[in-house]
Amino acid sequence: MNKNMSAKGGSAAGGKKILEGSRAIAETVNNCGVAVVSAYPITPQTHIVEELAKIKADGQGNFEYVRAESEFAAISIVLGAAATGVRTYTATSAQGLLLMTEVLFNVAGMRLPVVMTDANRAISAPINIWNDQQDAMTMRDSGWLMVYGETVQETCDLHILAYKIAEATLIPAMVNLDGFVLTHVVEPVEIEDAKKIKIFLSAWKPTEILDVKKPLTLGAFVTPAHYMEIRKELHDDIVAAKKLMTKEMVNFKKIFGRKLSLCEYGGAKDAGTVIVAMGSVLGTIREAVETHCNASLRNAGILKITSLRPFPDEEIIKLIGSKKNIIVIDKSISLGTEGILATEIRRVLYGKSKARITSVIMGLGGRDITMEMIGKAVEESKKTKEQVIFIGK
Amino acid sequence: MPTKKYKAPLSHLLNPGHSACAGCGMIIAARLLLDTAGPNTIVTNATGCSEVTTTQYPMTSFKVPWIHSLFENPACLASGILAALKVKGLADKTNIIAIGGDGATFDIGLAHISGMWERGDNVLYVCYDNEAYQNTGYQYSSATPLDANTSTTPPGKYSEGNDQKKKDMVGIALAHGLPYIATATTGYPLDLIAKVKKALAIKGPKYLQIYTPCVPGWGIEPKDTITVAQLAVQSGFYPIVEYLNGGLSGKTKTTKKVPVENFLKLQKRFKHLFKDERGKAEIAKIQKIADKNIEKFGLLNS
Repeated sequence: MNKNMSAKGGSAAGGKKILEGSRAIAETVNNCGVAVVSAYPITPQTHIVEELAKIKADGQGNFEYVRAESEFAAISIVLGAAATGVRTYTATSAQGLLLMTEVLFNVAGMRLPVVMTDANRAISAPINIWNDQQDAMTMRDSGWLMVYGETVQETCDLHILAYKIAEATLIPAMVNLDGFVLTHVVEPVEIEDAKKIKIFLSAWKPTEILDVKKPLTLGAFVTPAHYMEIRKELHDDIVAAKKLMTKEMVNFKKIFGRKLSLCEYGGAKDAGTVIVAMGSVLGTIREAVETHCNASLRNAGILKITSLRPFPDEEIIKLIGSKKNIIVIDKSISLGTEGILATEIRRVLYGKSKARITSVIMGLGGRDITMEMIGKAVEESKKTKEQVIFIGK
Repeated sequence: MPTKKYKAPLSHLLNPGHSACAGCGMIIAARLLLDTAGPNTIVTNATGCSEVTTTQYPMTSFKVPWIHSLFENPACLASGILAALKVKGLADKTNIIAIGGDGATFDIGLAHISGMWERGDNVLYVCYDNEAYQNTGYQYSSATPLDANTSTTPPGKYSEGNDQKKKDMVGIALAHGLPYIATATTGYPLDLIAKVKKALAIKGPKYLQIYTPCVPGWGIEPKDTITVAQLAVQSGFYPIVEYLNGGLSGKTKTTKKVPVENFLKLQKRFKHLFKDERGKAEIAKIQKIADKNIEKFGLLNS
């Protein structure tokens, strides 16, 4: 047995580097000590899996890299590897994520702590390779933990956290980042080395795995007599994961010095208007509010959502329950209703707030979101009687 | 055909208590397969009878590590398990067997089997071929033979049953350049056991297609499971062959050619062919297919 393999983790050096987002994620995943990687290429996820292949080819990674014949296969391959008790990774985007659908529900139902990156991209048709967040939002109910990075650094940090939470709760975790915007941007990023990551993320030691010395049956057939209880258990555990995430985010800060949170309020404390969003668009929103490029942004607050599953209900009520005007910016939509994050916010605040909540759809299929458009979104939402508006210009 | 006697083990790796039908060909194959592979084996299983009848929560029939995820992905799971075992240093010490019915193999999982074969993974893929989606109520699969009555290829005024010929899965396996490919059947258990042993001794991707009669799907008597499987072989309807590194290395010969009629008439799925002249013409077509098999593989002892 090669003892260096699963235990040692990657050997790529850490430290502050100027890297493309995809390379930064690949190095971080390697340093997390991943044992089996399987993937299938799709834009804009490609650079991540290419970098992992290169890391392996350069002898800097001790993982098995299995080239899959489709995304469906890639996620099924890591399912098999995770069931054998090793740390696994895959990454995808858009159509790839949708092709995985059946397996995503299965991985969660089988309680296997797979970690996956989704480089968020629009869904076909019409076919479009650019960024929005429709892909992962469509998989919201699959039973995965789902977090969203605002920057490359935060996305890297969320991967380290994702392994920790997934392995502790036996729930798979999807780390989302905006395709192209973050996967293809080059910026300074702190790459944590394997040694330091190990302080936070100890080796995964599962007990219920495929082992000839202790034969178990995994994935049994369940009748109505037991199915509901098993599904409820997964629901309860996703809800309970929130507490653990909060705790581990504190630990993360202690070890790595950077803050992570389930959700975070920014801007004026006494704001009457608050803008809610996820992902890289928050940078634009922050800039728009700080420079108040539009009069309606004066004294506005910002609520950043990092964790979609578990969803931080109580924290959101506490942070924005007293606000009068809430604008939720979604880069996705439940066609026929409104933005998906908007519905989540509406659910949380129902009976807890008198706020007027407007769902604003922006940035679909890679449409640029400018600071001016953020101003316009707030302005329009104050004027409109509609529940949902589209701001594309 | 091996003539050595088989000493059945006193206990099996597939426990009794499963819910397979009396006379089920699949469950006989499963027990022989596991007893031959031994306890140092990990099994990945597609959705289907072989999963539903053996692992009703919270019970299991398996005494080997066994996993089921979905209908179409046992080959993917096997690749993932192999990768994980390589990391753990156990890959050379463990048999990995991926199992699917003909629907999982010939149809919905085919791309993934192809992927696993192309990667050259050291996995034995076993197909329990009972020639239709029997678990969901006898619907057509691409393994269904010509003229078979299935619930989605019913005979009628304008139909003689299935209008397609069975897909050549062995040919597809051959095109992948596998080191070991074989067909076997529960009708000849000693041959089946020998092939499992041989396959597991070879490194690389292997394909074993086991002909397993389905009592309710084929409309046969439970007592006839073995007989029907033997008649399929003796008539040339289902050739039992073996390929080593792409070359034909073995075949089950028959001394006296049995007319396909003898095989067909025991089964309700072919009953409609025995009603009239139209059916007679169809039987002649099936006989032609069997004759072609006999000629192609040289199955007749002369």
